[in-house]
Amino acid sequence: MNDLADLYQQTILEHNRHPRNFKKLEPADRSAEGNNPLCGDHLTVYLRLDGDVIKEIGFQGSGCAISTASASLMTAAVSGKTRSEAKRLFHDFHQMVTGGADAPADPQVLGKLAAFAGVRQFPARVKCASLSWHTLHAALEGAAQPVSTE
Amino acid sequence: MTTVRSPVSPSAARPALDVAKLRADFPALQLNVRGKPLVYLDNAATSQKPRAVLEALKRYYEEGNANVHRGVHYLSEHATAAYEAAREKARRLLNAKEAREVIFVRGTTEGVNLVASSFGHAYLQPGDEVLVSAMEHHSNIVPWQLVCEERGAKLKVIPMNRRGELLLDEYEKLLGPRTKIVAVVHVSNSLGTINPIAEMVRLAHARGIPVLVDGAQAAPHLPIDVQALACDFYTVSGHKMFGPTGIGLLYGRTDRLEALPPYQGGGDMIRSVTFAKTTFAPIPAKFEAGTPHIAGAIGLGAAIDYLAGLDREAVAAHEQDLLGYATEQLSALPGVRLIGTAAHKASVVSFVVEGVHAHDVGTIVDQQGVAIRTGHHCTQPVMEFFGVPATARASFAFYNTRADVDALVAALGTVEQVFRK
Repeated sequence: MNDLADLYQQTILEHNRHPRNFKKLEPADRSAEGNNPLCGDHLTVYLRLDGDVIKEIGFQGSGCAISTASASLMTAAVSGKTRSEAKRLFHDFHQMVTGGADAPADPQVLGKLAAFAGVRQFPARVKCASLSWHTLHAALEGAAQPVSTE
Repeated sequence: MTTVRSPVSPSAARPALDVAKLRADFPALQLNVRGKPLVYLDNAATSQKPRAVLEALKRYYEEGNANVHRGVHYLSEHATAAYEAAREKARRLLNAKEAREVIFVRGTTEGVNLVASSFGHAYLQPGDEVLVSAMEHHSNIVPWQLVCEERGAKLKVIPMNRRGELLLDEYEKLLGPRTKIVAVVHVSNSLGTINPIAEMVRLAHARGIPVLVDGAQAAPHLPIDVQALACDFYTVSGHKMFGPTGIGLLYGRTDRLEALPPYQGGGDMIRSVTFAKTTFAPIPAKFEAGTPHIAGAIGLGAAIDYLAGLDREAVAAHEQDLLGYATEQLSALPGVRLIGTAAHKASVVSFVVEGVHAHDVGTIVDQQGVAIRTGHHCTQPVMEFFGVPATARASFAFYNTRADVDALVAALGTVEQVFRK
């Protein structure tokens, strides 16, 4: 149960049950679609930008607890951030969940996103945790093609 | 989460399968994973391999390795004989009339691709129709889509009901003057449904339409008899029936295979080659371009021998007991809903846990050493039909036990603990 408790932290379970910013923004300045073909997770991220700043962000879709909670916590984390701040967060988050060499020594610097630190013990679930971030990245870059974590 | 234990009547008359003895034949079943004894319930994805298969592979590479159908030296003759002996074993497995009706392929996917490509190029015209079913694996959808697109033909779909049974009335109506071939799964990998293939073939043949059967999930569970089914093509994967990966079988009736153009060109499939013209070898060589998976074919032959040594009726009774017990136990769990409740099923149980994504279920039971498949099982149209993004699937082989079902049920209790706390 220890590993499982690391993965399914209360914050994650709570955001899975009640995802924040679970809405389509109409009109949106940017949107992008993401798919995880392995488990069928899919979501769309919508952005309203004010210059370089993410003024508002929403998402819709369906997925497992990890991917839903990750999308929810991501929207809370990047709201009001500049593009480069959001990309920096993505970098740190990705390093944390993959156990990369550049991972923050103390995940707590990522605030609530630290709840996903346990994902690194579950390599098969890294894609679930990172799908929304890849999709946000695609939206910020204005990618025309849906992103896929495969 | 409560566990209901009501008795399921054991099959009385027949001597029960000695499962403990059979399990000892499978080295992987002795594994511990995550500190727990492995409970392997992902047999529909791939089965474990008995020692006899592993030893046949090793023996071939250590004592018999040479290329086949070429060379006059001792080892080449030896390898050719072993490879062709495996073809004869495969003929017996499928009850084909002749060994040359059995083509070695990489697996079911390649078997379907071979027929879709060769048949499509020979026979499909714009406006023609290919008929598949609503419960096909992607491997029996996509190859047909590709060739239909290329030929301007249309893909039509036999519908099913909410239990996961094909609607034969609708099927009969779909068999029309433009229908050129029917491609249908024998046993559904995501629902467990056993389709009435003999009847479906009869209805198609009454209109002169050939039938390809995807037998990937049937071979590990059911005796196959292509002559009794009267199908035109039947294809299986070795690795799902206790053999190696990368090898499978395509059966095609002699007249059908002889009429088809080759699939791939290369060595071994020709009679003579000039830059002006090539003539092709007779079947089966016509469809086996290049050096085949010799070791795989020999390993599959060993798996066929292993299966032939089992009391298949006792195996069937044991698997049906597991299916009944798992169905009963899982249905009794609060929040668990079975997907695929056909009257005739193989030992495959797909289910969803209310409010919990299948992927989370899979991760949690894995921590208890229980291996199940979670996802869409390469049957996205089936998931869409049932309105679920994914299912969890426990698929049983003859070496599974009621204790394995109990382990799954206990592990599902942890899902409840994690998600309802």
